[in-house]
Amino acid sequence: MKGQAHSTGSGQAGEISIRNAGISFLASDRVVEAVRDISVEFSPGSFTTLLGPSGCGKSSLLGAIAGFVSLTQGEILVDQRPVHRPEGSRGVAFQHHNLFPWKTVRGNVEFGLKMRGIRKTERQRLVDAILDRVKLRTFQHSYPGHLSGGMQQRVNLARVLVNRPTVMMLDEPFAALDAQTRLQMQEMLLELWNGLKMTIVFVTHDVDEAVLLSDRVLVMSRRPGRIRADFEVPLARPRTADQLTSTEFNRLKKYCLELLREESLADEGAGEGGGISLPDLELTPSTSEQDR
Amino acid sequence: MSNALVSSSSALPTLGSQVRLARLRNKRSFVPAVIRCASLLACIALWYLASTNKWNVIVNFENVPSPAAVCQAAVQLVSSPKFQGHLLSSIARVFSGFGCAAVLAIAIGLGVGRSKLLSDLLMPPLELLRPIPAVAWIPLAVLIFPNPEESMVYITFVGAFYPILLNTIHGVSSVDSNLIFASLTLGANRLRVFSDVIVPAALPAIVTGLSIGMGNSWFSLVTGEMVAGQFGIGYYTWESYTLQKYPNIVLGMIAIGLLGMLSSLLIQRVAWFFMPWAKLGTNR
Repeated sequence: MKGQAHSTGSGQAGEISIRNAGISFLASDRVVEAVRDISVEFSPGSFTTLLGPSGCGKSSLLGAIAGFVSLTQGEILVDQRPVHRPEGSRGVAFQHHNLFPWKTVRGNVEFGLKMRGIRKTERQRLVDAILDRVKLRTFQHSYPGHLSGGMQQRVNLARVLVNRPTVMMLDEPFAALDAQTRLQMQEMLLELWNGLKMTIVFVTHDVDEAVLLSDRVLVMSRRPGRIRADFEVPLARPRTADQLTSTEFNRLKKYCLELLREESLADEGAGEGGGISLPDLELTPSTSEQDR
Repeated sequence: MSNALVSSSSALPTLGSQVRLARLRNKRSFVPAVIRCASLLACIALWYLASTNKWNVIVNFENVPSPAAVCQAAVQLVSSPKFQGHLLSSIARVFSGFGCAAVLAIAIGLGVGRSKLLSDLLMPPLELLRPIPAVAWIPLAVLIFPNPEESMVYITFVGAFYPILLNTIHGVSSVDSNLIFASLTLGANRLRVFSDVIVPAALPAIVTGLSIGMGNSWFSLVTGEMVAGQFGIGYYTWESYTLQKYPNIVLGMIAIGLLGMLSSLLIQRVAWFFMPWAKLGTNR
């Protein structure tokens, strides 16, 4: 059926392989190297966070997976198919929601289904289901301009997820929200992910968020962005806010913070080789290849 | 409105404070209304004093009719079929000229705003003609159109065309690229990006163009009718001058002002109907 076109029956869809990816762009007559030689695999249904200082090229990498930033080197494959342009199967949510101001909540959520030519009755059913999931059914006829930041971001998630993408990319989606709303949104995202099982690539500079949400954290270096560390988060699921105070959580958090601090102290040249010593902590290295 | 849940639980307004708020709101809308009415009445009073005392300081009020004389003329003329005929023919000209301008300028503006080729093809001649005011077209318009009616409509068309065109181009070319990204990642193709994102995003700018264009087309029409018309409200106003029916001049002016105001209001209402989100966005 067309409504489920993006998810294949096997449950194995959503595999991402990034091979020797490099991204450079022109900024006022100067070539800026945003990302250098990144190779990494994301397994289907995994939740991975790209953690790094601002301006480390993590958003560029995300844009490349989405298909609206082009690689200057290497390639990105999603389910063995090279990425060329944005597609409905790869959903994106940014920090600042980009909802259509002229459409109601319902109209916004329905948009992707309409673009794929899904029949009206089917559309209604799918939109109702996702609106219930993000608890926005009562606001379905409101315009985005009249919702709070948290609600707007919920509409944004619903608008992407109603298409059942196999890959979902989030670029600091909760950074503009207050702490309490952010926690609620993080829990909601985990719930949605648990139900829909798409591959998530989550970009943040917030260490707590990275450790609390993900299966795996990739710490990126300063520009040009490379992968500094790649480790798994062994915290039990379902994750809750209680885990924010557990010893394991704090150990991982400390590790990340030290890495980030070293990144911010290191001068431009030091980032080139292996001059920086990794903090001496016992961690489970990720099974997939490491950049360094 | 935002964070409604949080604020309502933390600071639930008491009945007393609600009454105070309501009183404050009434006071805030009542006082300005009184000031505005007083300002209008003062202007009419000044007009009355100047015309009855025939002031002659720099501006000569000797031949200016008094408010009472204008009212008298109005009572006589509003029911006369001749005056109504003038009004109706002007309205018909404005709406046909403005209508053609709106259709053409929006279509060209949407194309030019999105396509470099169309822009290179169409904009040079349009830019060349743009500095020519609609009024300057009158002699040539009279020459090229088979009858004066069409030349009048053409002049209102020229007046409305450019503001609508330029605002449409501006609206289309300044669409937030994030909205286009969003629609692409949601599976929209190029045609749907245009029809479902670019057009609605440009709509507020188009409406601005339409309301400026409406004002311009009234301005152009009235001038055209005064110079080359045989009927219409502009012609009527000028004819009243030549026939020395001075109260009718002021009456014609008031009619022109009212028609301009009503047609702007009409555009605003139609715009609100098509853009409910924009109406809710402003504090109206």
